[in-house]
Amino acid sequence: MITLFITLILIFISIAIWQMIKIFDLSRALKGEKIDDSQIANDKDNRVNARLMLGFLAFIYGITIICIIKYGHFPLITDAASEHGIKNDTLMISTLVLIFIVQTITQFALHYFAYRYKGQKGNKALFYTDNHKLEIIWTTIPAVVLTGFITYGLLTWADVMNISQDDDAMVVELYAQQFNWKARYAGNDNSLGKSNVRLIDIDRANILGIDESDPNASDDIITTELHLPVNKPVLFKMRSQDVLHSAYMPHFRAQMNCVPGMVTQFLLTPNMTTEEMRNTPSMIDKVITINKIRDEKSKELIKKGEEPLDPYDFDYVLLCNKICGKSHYNMQMKIIVESQEDFDKWINQQTVFKNSLIAQN
Amino acid sequence: MSEYIEFDKDHHEHHSKETFITKWIFSQDHKMIAKQYLFTGVIFMGIIGIVMSSLMRMQLAWPEEPNVIFEFLLGKWAPEGVMDADIYLALVTMHGTIMVFFVLTAGLSGTFSNLLIPLQLGARDMATGFLNMIAYWLFFVSTVLMVASIFVEAGPAAAGWTIYPPLSALELAQPGSGLGMTLWLVSMAVFIASSLLGSLNYIVTIINLRTKGMSLTRMPLTIWAFFVTAILGVVSFPVLLSAALLLIMDRSFGTSFFLSDIFIQGEVLHYQGGSPILFEHLFWFLGHPEVYIVILPALGIASEVIATHSRKPIFGYKAMIMSILAIGFLSVVVWGHHMFITGMNPFLGSVFTFTTLLIAIPSAVKAFNYIATLWKGNIQFNPAMLFAIAFVSTFITGGVTGLILGDSALDINVHDTYFVVAHFHLVMGISALYGMLAGIYHWFPKLFQRMMNKNLGYIHFWVTAICAYGVFFPMHFIGMAGLPRRYYTNSNFPLFDDLADTNTIITVFAIIGALVQIVFLYNFIYSIFYGKRAPQNPWNSTTLEWTAAMEHIHGNWRGKIPEVYRWPYDYSKPGYKEDFVPQHIPLKKGEEEY
Repeated sequence: MITLFITLILIFISIAIWQMIKIFDLSRALKGEKIDDSQIANDKDNRVNARLMLGFLAFIYGITIICIIKYGHFPLITDAASEHGIKNDTLMISTLVLIFIVQTITQFALHYFAYRYKGQKGNKALFYTDNHKLEIIWTTIPAVVLTGFITYGLLTWADVMNISQDDDAMVVELYAQQFNWKARYAGNDNSLGKSNVRLIDIDRANILGIDESDPNASDDIITTELHLPVNKPVLFKMRSQDVLHSAYMPHFRAQMNCVPGMVTQFLLTPNMTTEEMRNTPSMIDKVITINKIRDEKSKELIKKGEEPLDPYDFDYVLLCNKICGKSHYNMQMKIIVESQEDFDKWINQQTVFKNSLIAQN
Repeated sequence: MSEYIEFDKDHHEHHSKETFITKWIFSQDHKMIAKQYLFTGVIFMGIIGIVMSSLMRMQLAWPEEPNVIFEFLLGKWAPEGVMDADIYLALVTMHGTIMVFFVLTAGLSGTFSNLLIPLQLGARDMATGFLNMIAYWLFFVSTVLMVASIFVEAGPAAAGWTIYPPLSALELAQPGSGLGMTLWLVSMAVFIASSLLGSLNYIVTIINLRTKGMSLTRMPLTIWAFFVTAILGVVSFPVLLSAALLLIMDRSFGTSFFLSDIFIQGEVLHYQGGSPILFEHLFWFLGHPEVYIVILPALGIASEVIATHSRKPIFGYKAMIMSILAIGFLSVVVWGHHMFITGMNPFLGSVFTFTTLLIAIPSAVKAFNYIATLWKGNIQFNPAMLFAIAFVSTFITGGVTGLILGDSALDINVHDTYFVVAHFHLVMGISALYGMLAGIYHWFPKLFQRMMNKNLGYIHFWVTAICAYGVFFPMHFIGMAGLPRRYYTNSNFPLFDDLADTNTIITVFAIIGALVQIVFLYNFIYSIFYGKRAPQNPWNSTTLEWTAAMEHIHGNWRGKIPEVYRWPYDYSKPGYKEDFVPQHIPLKKGEEEY
């Protein structure tokens, strides 16, 4: 019923607009005004639209300024929580500065020229077909600037992706499945036991398909939270059991897909504990803002007789960032970066793989 | 050339034999086929695509609240007005597929290549009208299949428009990967066949059927753009066909091209030895040229429209041709930039970063040349011109952020976030859409012999232009805050709670932007029947299509085909009274061509 109602309203509105336009045209015709109905832009159209072009330039600049003020602290550009992240951020900031300059100048030229050279009856445009000097200049300048940025980018990339330099990195497996994450620590020997999805045995609680006969496997530790010691390189080995997933750790400037049938890897060194990150000025501000929003929402929920939201405190998070099915939007794992002592304390409380298996006859 | 004219005489004699069916349905006339593409590809599929995007935006802005519109449009997939999470992904997938392939590839190229290639080159029709007809009807079949897949019991394909396996291969992973995905694949296979036939026809026509005097360097830039687009299509679409066929094999015949070691819903599947990364390579070998297949025709149309309406030759004609060719070539060697973090060898990532950032050079040349064309022009702000200027604006805004995404080190952190969504919507979605709208406003008199209402055109343009920036500009920033795309709701991450108001603002802009397209639709349909009769050459343009018969006759020109004596951009040439000199006017004694 309601659908019919909405459809009818829409139809009536369109008919009304149509009739109004007709009446408007007729009334002008009746008044005997001379109407230019050629539907080709005349001087008046040119003047109006030329001014609007300037207005539009102001709009583009305005929206840029508003966005920069609103997101001025650029959550993912400052306060990287990993060593390579700081280098990434420098590259990001310099690229953004370049983009900002290019965008400001070219948009100005485009819209200003559109305004300045608006058409007028009797005017004639300049017949100007090309200028090789100018064209060489504006081919060479981007080429030179880009060479610089390509080199800078490639050096950073080589640095981020260089895995062989750290042989003493702690090995951690990130295991993805629809729709949750598991972490597997390699234990004292720092080497993961062999694994394959064909070895998964739910009845024995061997959920990651670890080879029980592999001696390296016995001290592996499977957890649902990711704890990392600060300032120690971690070599992540990513695995997936069903579809593509992507392990995205935005605060560490780290992301790698998890591909069924193969192991991918990513190396990073966290350099800020969760506690330190919580105490950075921008994070304090962010948490206050978020909690204000959550308070408002809670009030509404209480009115409806529902449970209020928990207050928020910052934690690092691992998200799935490759479309993986129905609950893709809620596939996450908490990451805690802490001192080596806290980490050791925590890991010693966990059960090793050997002891986590359920005995069967 | 004399044989060619005789061929045309012969061709003309068939004219009287037309019946209703051969004229309106199984037409072999390129102008009718252009209109058929316009209605099926642009108007029909465009409406579906826009409605889908509005639904997604509403879901993102008000995720928990029941919505009458959802209940109305989605029915059982929105019980009590709350959208189902699987259907959100289906909307994402179908919106992407429909917009990229149906609206901006077949709709855009199909309409304007068909209309303009014979008319601007001075040909009576396409090289083979029969193949052209087959191409359209294959496209029609693929449209029907794709639309039918929306009504399948378990829902349409929902693995994203990139349909990466294993998600797209296994029904156990997602209900949409059942019959919905099968229809998707079959529809695309038919679509590719249509696209290949169409592209071959365009290439052959451009090479063989140019009128006397129409050398390659006297072709309008539109034709150059369509030419390179068609070549890209022929080079890259077959690769997608092979990927689709292999995926069909994996799905239905148990092969393991893309699948290996899978444990899902409590069972181990038999697949072994395949690699999803292989599929990504095959997909993006088409997928990246595809975005240039989308944007190049828009670049061509913008060149033509900007030159005509600023009454000034396009600046650096030869540089424009060179940059189209350079972009076309580079576009087939950059596909890996979609795969930096898929587990592909990092060295390969470096190579693709290098080739990708190179594309910025010819693109920058094009942008500078457009701006230089406006300089000291006599700009006539017809709606077509407004869209062409806005095209340059969004092409720059969307293009510059390519420097971040093309840089493998930076891509790590913004890959698959809203930053990407903002980037490609501006640089290929909105830009190509603007190119298409500029083309419709500009060539409407040629298509329907009538003018569109300019005031409605102005309303349509300004609201659209503001909404486009309002939607996609803030998206860069929520992307830089780490918000992943393709999330049904962001409310499961308190971390993103402070982005919710921005999301709502974006949605408001999106809905206004979608609604204002009704103004365009009204103007378009009304003008077809009741618009003011168009004069022979309303925009005082130099190109040949405006010399052809107004009425759509088979063979385009009543008499002989005009010959061409000059390049297509003689606007405001000194020594002439009028501010344009059409291509078929011979050079004066001692006059230099350009």
